[in-house]
Amino acid sequence: MMEELVKTVEPLKIADPILDIEHLCFYYGSKEALRNISLALPRKRVTAFIGPSGCGKSTLLRCFNRMNDLVEGVHIEGTIKLDDEDINAPDIDVIHLRRRVGMVFQKYNPFPKSIYENVVYGLRIAGVRNRTILAETVEKSLRAAALWDEVKDRLRESALRLSGGQMQRLCIARAIAVHPDIILMDEPCSALDPIATSHIEDLIDELKQDYTVIIVTHNMQQAARVSDFTAFLYLGELIEFDVTNKIFTAPSKKQTQDYITGRFG
Amino acid sequence: MISAQSRKRVAPPPQRGRGTTGEPWVWLTAMGLTLGLLMVVYLIGLIIVNGLEVFWPTRVVQIELREGSKAGINDARQFGGKIVKVQQKATQAEGTRDHSEWQVMVGNKETYGFGFFYIDHADIAGVSYPADVMLLERLEYGDAIGLPIALQIKGAGTVPATTAEFMTRLQSLVKEVNQRRDEIRHLEKKDIGRINAKMDSLRLQQRTLERAQPAGTSVPERQLKPLQSAMAALQAEYEVLAKRAHDLRSQQDEHVLTYRLMTGEERRLALGHIVHYYFPNQLSALQRLGLFVHNMWVFLSEEPREANTEGGVFPALFGTFVMTLLMSLAVTPFGVLAALYLREYAKQGLVVRTVRIAVNNLAGVPSIVFGVFGLGFFVYLVGGTIDQLFFSTALPTPTFGTGGIVWAALTLALMTVPVVIVATEEALAAVPRGTREGSLACGASKWQTIQRVVLPAAAPGILTGLILAMARGAGEVAPLMLVGVVKLAPTLPMDGLFPFVHLDRKFMHLGFHIYDLGFQSPDSDAAKPMVFATTLLLITLIILLNVGAIWMRDRLRKKYATGAF
Repeated sequence: MMEELVKTVEPLKIADPILDIEHLCFYYGSKEALRNISLALPRKRVTAFIGPSGCGKSTLLRCFNRMNDLVEGVHIEGTIKLDDEDINAPDIDVIHLRRRVGMVFQKYNPFPKSIYENVVYGLRIAGVRNRTILAETVEKSLRAAALWDEVKDRLRESALRLSGGQMQRLCIARAIAVHPDIILMDEPCSALDPIATSHIEDLIDELKQDYTVIIVTHNMQQAARVSDFTAFLYLGELIEFDVTNKIFTAPSKKQTQDYITGRFG
Repeated sequence: MISAQSRKRVAPPPQRGRGTTGEPWVWLTAMGLTLGLLMVVYLIGLIIVNGLEVFWPTRVVQIELREGSKAGINDARQFGGKIVKVQQKATQAEGTRDHSEWQVMVGNKETYGFGFFYIDHADIAGVSYPADVMLLERLEYGDAIGLPIALQIKGAGTVPATTAEFMTRLQSLVKEVNQRRDEIRHLEKKDIGRINAKMDSLRLQQRTLERAQPAGTSVPERQLKPLQSAMAALQAEYEVLAKRAHDLRSQQDEHVLTYRLMTGEERRLALGHIVHYYFPNQLSALQRLGLFVHNMWVFLSEEPREANTEGGVFPALFGTFVMTLLMSLAVTPFGVLAALYLREYAKQGLVVRTVRIAVNNLAGVPSIVFGVFGLGFFVYLVGGTIDQLFFSTALPTPTFGTGGIVWAALTLALMTVPVVIVATEEALAAVPRGTREGSLACGASKWQTIQRVVLPAAAPGILTGLILAMARGAGEVAPLMLVGVVKLAPTLPMDGLFPFVHLDRKFMHLGFHIYDLGFQSPDSDAAKPMVFATTLLLITLIILLNVGAIWMRDRLRKKYATGAF
């Protein structure tokens, strides 16, 4: 299955990438957070970003839905193309972009609303009023997030009464309710216990049938378990990007080798 | 109690060198709290006891004076009344005599010329509680206290007080005059008031027509005719009602009660003047309690009489309530919008910091300054302009260009807006960044995020600010005196006449009522109990408003159940 996507092994070439990043540099003020990153991310696969704290993996992830716009004094060079459209172009509607690129955060962040309202939030702000559509979306999204059976009888209750793992799955349901092309996950399991984590990991496996998933994780076992491709970043640079199996069994760079064997990081 | 506990815990203080232990400070802080609590408890207790005492029907005592003592009221050797206070005299005579004196509420102000009498305890030969003594609440001159003699009923002769018939007749007749009085009030306030309002609007229409004419010419007959005929119809209607009111009034004075004062004088009182009567020395405990509740209800629901010293405080209570409500309605959007801009949109920098400091300082400006500003800006400038634009026909009589409830509410809103801004800003800052990012990541715009996620999450905090603002606003008096409070308002700011809410009307306020009763009243002894009762009511009202807001806040909190953010 991998072979059809990977034309040549060295360097890795992705055919028909959903995201194509070229020479991306990112600055917080004068501090360089990402240095000259070029990367093509495959469609409908799970890609993991790994690397030690502060290596820029979250920053890179947040470039894809322009979440970094919220931070003052940032500066971007290079291009990020989503289906051949530069997402930093001045004529791009950032709201439209964020609808195509959903995001799940490190700390689950349901809104102080009912479970139902949390799921339909994206639709409501897009102006959808039709109750049938909303109700169908809630069921479909919650089923897709493997949460439906647990909450179907209390959709009108506050989302804040759910457990941590349930809240995170609710956030995933909220992200997929608007049918994005890509779901960004920023360490989605770091605040969860092992059982909740395994739920989410199973879910990610399901999600790649329909969505492109990009996941940032601290946990290398998790990256090995859920991802098809892995990118290793270190000090703002992309060290290596390859098929996950290869990264974890036969990395081509020494730094990668050192990191995955636990020599630093 | 707190300090006693603390003392036990910390004594003896450990001797570990100078100032090395924090324990004595625990004691000191506990002292501070105790002192504060004691003062508050004393204040509240004083107000509650004195405020509730007013409504409790105490017994009437008959006092016999000792032979050779200085003269009593009108040279009589005995008099009666309610004991208000027992105290030591300020100037004490020589010798080992008893220095205490009694303050007695003797009533019958029209006969004696005063309502309260001080008597030396040493001059009292004996006291008794005559069972048939009667207390009459009257429309004028306060209470009358006396022993009933007879009832003179028009066309039915005289019924002596000794007969059994006396009580039943008195009861039914007093009930009848009270009903008739309500009828008269309804006629004069509602029906005649409505006619007056219509006449005023007709007069205004006529003036509008006159103004529209070129100088020197008069309004054509054809236009004046319908106005004049409508006016005549109203006038006829008025006369019918006025005649009816007059007839009712004269009926009020048909029957007369005669009674003898405890000092011996015989008095006559038309039944129409009696509001309520009872026999204070015949009451059982239950009846006393019933009367206590009745008195409280009268206090809450009736209009004041006799320079506010008698009757109730309903207009002041209602005015305070409506004004506080209007203030909250004005201050909330105003403060929340300002805080939203400061926290969410403005670029955080020197300017915003300066504005924030200025807003905080605004909270420290003396309230009278806001009153002066309200008078100059709201009343004269805004109100005057509104009058010129929309009510020019009524000029020079101002409509909005004079103190009114809307200007009072706006002035207080301005005074309390810093409180709301500060509280809202804190509430907004406490909304987790993750929640905002979650919303933005769903494709929401900034405004959608604020409106749908940030504001609901901040709502309990915003309500806290509103509670503080209400607590400050409802108890404020000084600025109100400049922008619309009066000691007696003929009408309420809300009633059944179109447009139902009369924002331009002057109003009464409990805080100002307290000041007026306590310091502007001609009879301070009579007003004192009312001051306490009104204070108690004001405090209760503010507590109730706060409890309401707190209840709403808790409901909101429950709705958005505090999760693990």
